[in-house]
Amino acid sequence: MADFIEGIIKVWNGYGPSFLNGALNTLIVSFIGTVAGCIIGFGVGVVQTIPVDKKDPLWKRVILTAVNLILKGYVELFRGTPMIVQSVFIYYGARMVFDYQIDVWPAALLIVSINTGAYMAETVRGGILSIDPGQTEGAKAIGMNHVQTMMNVIIPQAFRNIIPQIGNNFIINIKDTSVLSVISFADLFFTHKSAVGALYLYFESATITMAIYLVMTVTASFLLRLLEKKLDGDDNYDLATTDTLAYTSGMLSYHQKEKTLEDFK
Amino acid sequence: MSENIIEIQHLEKNFGSHKVLSDIDFSVKKGDVTTIIGVSGSGKSTLLRCINVLETPSGGKILFHGNDIDEKGFSVTDYRAKVGMVFQNFNLFSNMSVLQNCVVGQVKVLGKKKAEAEETAKYFLEKVGMLPYINAKPKQLSGGQKQRVAIARALAMEPEVLLFDEPTSALDPQMVGEVLAVMRQLAAEGLTMIVVTHEMAFARDVSSHVVFMKDGVIWEEGTPEDIFVNPKKDETKDFLARFIN
Ligand SMILES: Nc1ncnc2c1ncn2[C@@H]1O[C@H](COP(=O)(O)OP(=O)(O)O)[C@@H](O)[C@H]1O
Ligand SMILES: [Mg+2]
Repeated sequence: MADFIEGIIKVWNGYGPSFLNGALNTLIVSFIGTVAGCIIGFGVGVVQTIPVDKKDPLWKRVILTAVNLILKGYVELFRGTPMIVQSVFIYYGARMVFDYQIDVWPAALLIVSINTGAYMAETVRGGILSIDPGQTEGAKAIGMNHVQTMMNVIIPQAFRNIIPQIGNNFIINIKDTSVLSVISFADLFFTHKSAVGALYLYFESATITMAIYLVMTVTASFLLRLLEKKLDGDDNYDLATTDTLAYTSGMLSYHQKEKTLEDFK
Repeated sequence: MSENIIEIQHLEKNFGSHKVLSDIDFSVKKGDVTTIIGVSGSGKSTLLRCINVLETPSGGKILFHGNDIDEKGFSVTDYRAKVGMVFQNFNLFSNMSVLQNCVVGQVKVLGKKKAEAEETAKYFLEKVGMLPYINAKPKQLSGGQKQRVAIARALAMEPEVLLFDEPTSALDPQMVGEVLAVMRQLAAEGLTMIVVTHEMAFARDVSSHVVFMKDGVIWEEGTPEDIFVNPKKDETKDFLARFIN
């Protein structure tokens, strides 16, 4: 046991800053990848839910069908293959096919983004389809077109509903970006491999690595739960003043509220 | 005689092989309050949804100020902004406050300035007695309150015609009155309305024209007196007998 603690100290003394730097890189690539993946996912999900009307011109239906086929292919491809294989495929494949050596950072961001995008696309599509059709009808009934309906009514609600899944994707990314060490991306796991390569203290280094991953995922899920609580909002609302005379002069804000019991608690 | 706002000619609607509406003919003039009555499943909602193009008719025509709404170049969204609809289940935007619900259409569809839209929204919210609740979210309101907001949202678009599909059917009995009171007031002010309802007292007192539907056809129509006092068809009498007791 004393050996073990000594080993840990030794690893930490030699590689502490590297571990922290690796952890930071893990967080950065996970975060940016999740955000970019969300944007991709929303793009794909929104396109996939464009309604086709029998009255639409043929060219529109043909293009939409073709685009949807491509998007479906993208989703299947990146959900159906491991990210570690996608990493080598993109990193080394780009060099072979396009004669272009993509840098490690852009490669890492690209891989995580399009991988997350494929998962988010399905989530977003489900999120959009699960919104009560009455919401769409309410929007149509006041003359909104499809884009206006999506932007103002459906996407905000779908987004709110899938925040937990976005959070899950972020947490999964924190863990799964460890595969990026295969393209020598200097994340936390890559630091572990470097430390082990030099010191041969496998168990000690792995313990430190595990601990840091755990701290990151637990913190992330805690913050997410806070965010969700906040977004749920309180169930109270301020009654605007009932003095209707006050509205006649173009008054627009109703910040003054009557004191309620809540204020005295 | 004033011009028809909406004229429906030989309207038909099939869902697959299921014929839901056949040969529907009627028209609505400015200031008319047309009520549509009939048992459930008789096609009343489908008729209203065809008028608002939430369903595509299978045959026949709908004319708006004499223009075929199915014609190329006719803007369905502009048309819908002029023909409002109030739903049985309110369909308020659950991500928006009461005020936003009544503002968003004016700003996005009519292109109004936000401040102006808010003034208009508040004017109509006051009319339905919901002005104190402008900051509330729909989920915080009772059914009757939601429906009054939904009416204000539709009115804020300043439509020429307002369609109501059983606006009180999803409400607890004690809330029906508050919504009907608003609708009676709107009728008295001359708003053109087409109302599907099971509230026979409302239909009798407020309508200028009553349409009785059965099995997807207009079985009998006329003034409230024609339908409620002197119905000619047995089916109409049977229907009313069941509802009046
Ligand atoms: N989207 C639909 N698909 C298939 N059948 C439908 C659809 N909407 C309505 N119907 C059928 O059309 C008939 C008329 O329905 P509806 O217009 O809702 O009647 P009402 O409003 O008078 O109760 C019913 O038999 C109903 O089952
Ligand atoms: Mg109905």
